[in-house]
Amino acid sequence: MYPEHLHYSKDHEWVSISDNIATYGITHHAQNQLGDVVFVELPQVGSVVTQFQPCGVIESVKAVSDLFAPVSGKVVEVNEKLLDHLEKINTDPYGEGWMVKVEAKDLLLQLGELLRSPDYTKMIGEGA
Amino acid sequence: MLETARRTPLHDLHVRAEAKMVPFAGYLMPVEYAGILKEHERVRTGCGLFDLSHMAEFRLQGPGALEFLQGLVTNDLARLSRGQALYTVICNPEGGVLDDVIAYSLPDYFLLVVNAGNRAKIAQWLRSRLPKEVTFEDESDSTALLALQGPRSEELLQKHTPLRLSDLAYYSAAATEVEGLPALVARTGYTGEDGFELYVSNGDGSTLWQKLLSDHESEGLRPCGLGARDTLRLEAGYPLYGHELGEDITPIEAGLSWVVKWDKGDFVGKESLARVKDAPPRRLIGLTLEKGIPREGYPVLLDGQPAGGVTSGTFSPTLRKGIAVAYVETPLLGKNKAVEVEIRGKPFPGSLVKLPFYRGSVKRK
Repeated sequence: MYPEHLHYSKDHEWVSISDNIATYGITHHAQNQLGDVVFVELPQVGSVVTQFQPCGVIESVKAVSDLFAPVSGKVVEVNEKLLDHLEKINTDPYGEGWMVKVEAKDLLLQLGELLRSPDYTKMIGEGA
Repeated sequence: MLETARRTPLHDLHVRAEAKMVPFAGYLMPVEYAGILKEHERVRTGCGLFDLSHMAEFRLQGPGALEFLQGLVTNDLARLSRGQALYTVICNPEGGVLDDVIAYSLPDYFLLVVNAGNRAKIAQWLRSRLPKEVTFEDESDSTALLALQGPRSEELLQKHTPLRLSDLAYYSAAATEVEGLPALVARTGYTGEDGFELYVSNGDGSTLWQKLLSDHESEGLRPCGLGARDTLRLEAGYPLYGHELGEDITPIEAGLSWVVKWDKGDFVGKESLARVKDAPPRRLIGLTLEKGIPREGYPVLLDGQPAGGVTSGTFSPTLRKGIAVAYVETPLLGKNKAVEVEIRGKPFPGSLVKLPFYRGSVKRK
């Protein structure tokens, strides 16, 4: 449910790192709490997002929720395919359900602010 | 909060089915099992089963019961034959809605089905006015209510009851047996689809719930939660108490003039309602958005002017877009008005539509 190689924010986003590019989306826990996602508003490519600040909106049938940026940086790509397949956020949150890619500076410093899988799992109370 | 919430007799079955449970009207209720979109679609195309045991059931009996109720509800109960039901509201003297209810005329009593959140208020309203020759009994705590809803409901339920369901008209009810257990079977619902509501004892409720689900699993029957119930009722254009209805809202404004019968004699609220009958200060309208999802409380603009607010809004699983009902000031309504909903500070263009948003398989009279 919470892969070891990812980093997690307390706002329930996950981050994966490849060089200086950070990819993020929402966690299994977040999608489960929301229920079926039916609308998303993602940041514009080229805009700058700030760690732990709202950068978009996710709506399920019943709830409206902010998407928070788990890392700061310049948005280089958003998952356009997702807009026609919002169910991927529920069914494949760490794969095809990814949302945003940012070019991040001081990545190591930023990742220090995030949780690893065991701590995130403990935080949401799903620990074994 | 959760510790003090009441539980329906089916509570443990919901938990075992891994339903997401939420507090609603003082009860811990299943909001979804497999997801709202899936459950919604099942009811539109096949059949779904709901636990509505939180609803309140009041029995009024005695020679004066009809006359007593006639003085309190806006619709005309004298038009009912035994075994028929109607939808009505109960108003305060100012014409505001205390509750919307279904009243069943049964062989020797009237059954009022009341919203769970208004149970204490309506019980008190009735009890404090009760004439000597009428008895009032609150049967809510011993009654389980199961709703089987969807176009395949009749076909599925017929396998479990000797009652000929094809003869049971919309808004009719009959005391019969389901799986050999005594049940009041009513052809009513809140989804816009054909369907039945089964009033049974608490223990029989669990038995029937499990039997229906296990017998018809291969036919796609699944439990459905309050989440789907809400999207289904909104598509069908039905009001929900606490949203479109309340003590400061008249049935005229709510588009429920059809449940107010002026020629039936006196009832609480009649005078006040007569004054606003032709010119309610605000009206309930329906609107759709191509982009964005309207939600309760969002402002509604007509030709750019603030005109009112959304009382219920959602993503419509059937229409695949945002739908909402909203109260707007009557003078601002008119032909060719551009409607917008303000979402997070930005206006989103919409269309005014006549309710309902979607017409399902429900059998109309």
